[in-house]
Amino acid sequence: MTAALILIAVFTLATAAVALSLRNLIHSALLLIASWFGIAAFYLWAGAEFVAFAQVLVYVGAVSMVVLFAVLLTRRSRADTVIARDSVERAISAVITGIAVFGVLVAAILKTSFARLSPAGVPPLQSGTGVSPVISAPTATVRDIGMQLMSAHAAALLIIGILLTVALLGAVVLAAQDAPESKQESP
Amino acid sequence: MSLDPLPLCLLFSSALVCLGLIGALARSNTILVLLGIELMLNAANLNFIAFWRYGPVTSPATGVMFVMFSIAVAAAEAAVGLALIIAVYRHQKNIRLQEANRLKG
Amino acid sequence: MTLPGPLTFLLQLPLSSAAGAADAFLERLPLVARDWVTSWLPEPWRWLVNSLLSIAIILSVFGLLFAYVTLAERKILGRIQNRPGPNRTPIPFTKLRFFGLAQPFADGVKSLTKEDVVPRGADHLLHFLAPVVLLAFSILTFAVIPYGRHLVPVELNAGVLYFFAAGAATELAVFMAGWASRNKYSLLAAMRALAQLISYELPLLLAWVPVVLVAGTLSTTEIVAAQAGWQFNVIPHWYVFTPWGAAGFAIFMIAALAESNRSPFDLPEAESELVAGHLTEYSGFKYALFFMAEYFGMIALSGMAITLFLGGWHAPSPYLEFIPSYVWFMGKLSALLLGFIWIRATFPRLRMDQLTRFAWKFLVPLALINLGNAAFWSLSFHWSGPFQILRWLISVLVVVGPFVLLGRKLSAGVAPRVYRYAV
Repeated sequence: MTAALILIAVFTLATAAVALSLRNLIHSALLLIASWFGIAAFYLWAGAEFVAFAQVLVYVGAVSMVVLFAVLLTRRSRADTVIARDSVERAISAVITGIAVFGVLVAAILKTSFARLSPAGVPPLQSGTGVSPVISAPTATVRDIGMQLMSAHAAALLIIGILLTVALLGAVVLAAQDAPESKQESP
Repeated sequence: MSLDPLPLCLLFSSALVCLGLIGALARSNTILVLLGIELMLNAANLNFIAFWRYGPVTSPATGVMFVMFSIAVAAAEAAVGLALIIAVYRHQKNIRLQEANRLKG
Repeated sequence: MTLPGPLTFLLQLPLSSAAGAADAFLERLPLVARDWVTSWLPEPWRWLVNSLLSIAIILSVFGLLFAYVTLAERKILGRIQNRPGPNRTPIPFTKLRFFGLAQPFADGVKSLTKEDVVPRGADHLLHFLAPVVLLAFSILTFAVIPYGRHLVPVELNAGVLYFFAAGAATELAVFMAGWASRNKYSLLAAMRALAQLISYELPLLLAWVPVVLVAGTLSTTEIVAAQAGWQFNVIPHWYVFTPWGAAGFAIFMIAALAESNRSPFDLPEAESELVAGHLTEYSGFKYALFFMAEYFGMIALSGMAITLFLGGWHAPSPYLEFIPSYVWFMGKLSALLLGFIWIRATFPRLRMDQLTRFAWKFLVPLALINLGNAAFWSLSFHWSGPFQILRWLISVLVVVGPFVLLGRKLSAGVAPRVYRYAV
């Protein structure tokens, strides 16, 4: 099981790293979608089926399309999808910042003892077999999630609904072309 | 180093958040910056699921709930962000972040 | 029934059921055959071979079905257009023609031996990946459809969501195909195809939400189980026989037509108007792969429609239960595929603006109203006697009223057509 986790992590991180360093925007976007798939695989690995499928449905189905459309709408010629090289100083300082943050996070993780946090009954993880160790793991069936959404988190659900509606309207208003401009514009 | 799953998951997600950070800081293309931020949000979701799965037992589906709402917010963020990018592009004909420094279009 | 991993294989053992039909020999024949094959294996390997076997069976059955649906489509279209259709292909090395039944294999050999032309400026990797991704995801959708009483390849708690998540990824492949071809017409056609896919994704998703609402589950097997039984031993408890279910089924099938690029929504690759849309730069076997994926998508969506609305593998009458469930499933599937072909032969193609307007101004509002209708239906389940009639009346009105009003609004200024110079 741990081997599967490491595999998923390496895949996700590699695709994300390559995606953020490429100059071709379409390749970047597609590789990031692959890394979102890796994250969905992690959710599956952790036993959160519903979240995994929601991740694929929302990110791979919807957000990816918005991103790809945005890439295509913000260029004037085909060559524009390959962007100019970014400044090296910025890249170096960003990498230094990132590594510093990563160092702090890793130190924090390694210093913490998680033994007292984890539930007592976790069995030793066996690898290689197809049986996942869910004996003591929390299970969230779709029914549980639905019940929670409609009872404890009903207010949050309503707010999310309002937020999504407002975001939809806002996105349309922002991206909609003004009437006089559309005559000069050749998209 | 121990091979407990929880620290591994946390290392994974912190690596992902740093990648997103590096991407958002180093690139000057607005779409890539937005994608870096999306990646950081996803890393936060990974932590929710990791703690839900291996952390102390709380109410059964709390971590999943958080991730669901977070995915919804991330989708809204992506939609508005990319609409903003298109609006910026219409004003200045490119989407380099350094040149989006005027308050007046 | 809770299962360990998400991809755990559930064909373990026949569920012990009191009903005789569930234990009939024909019903359990696939299981018996599989156990006979895998019984000589040691225990830890059995689940692996079991899943590989089911994958192989799904691929071969639906591969053959794909081959013969193409043949049936050409034959039926020919019959409707008053011509014979393909009838010349003989069995190799003989003169036996058998109505051209070897035609799909001849087509396969032809597309395999054709030259695979890739434009020089194309993005070679993406150009290659697009058909692969498309086919992979359309095959993935077959995993959660219950083909028979004991025949579910993967039993998932969120099976319906899985199905549509895998289906949503096909948009990506369309984009990849259009962009990687380095052809502005391919790219434009891909954008049109994406606009269509995204527009019709919404009614498709909204059409099955009422089923989930009433059945109270996202698992495909449980949805099928919720449709068991017959009213007065005559009318099956299928969701299509309720007002909201009929409306949902209609919306689902229209959206499925558009999602699988079938006529009258076949704008992305309208062969008589565009060259081939986003497939322009594809040739040989890659082109065949796109077609395979399209037909797989059509078959999978029909299977899901059967699961959600047409009672899955249930027999339409208690007296017909002796016929095994998978035969019923395949029968319903063939009927729906025949419907697809018939619609293709009958209806003229829509225009792009009509297409998107139809989705956003007609199907989406109707699907939303239908959701409310289903909520009313499940809240009023305890109404009895005259209230039962009232319940049906209200539900039918909620379906028909908006349909008539929206239809009149949408077709205002369009219909009826006036023939000014002809009588």
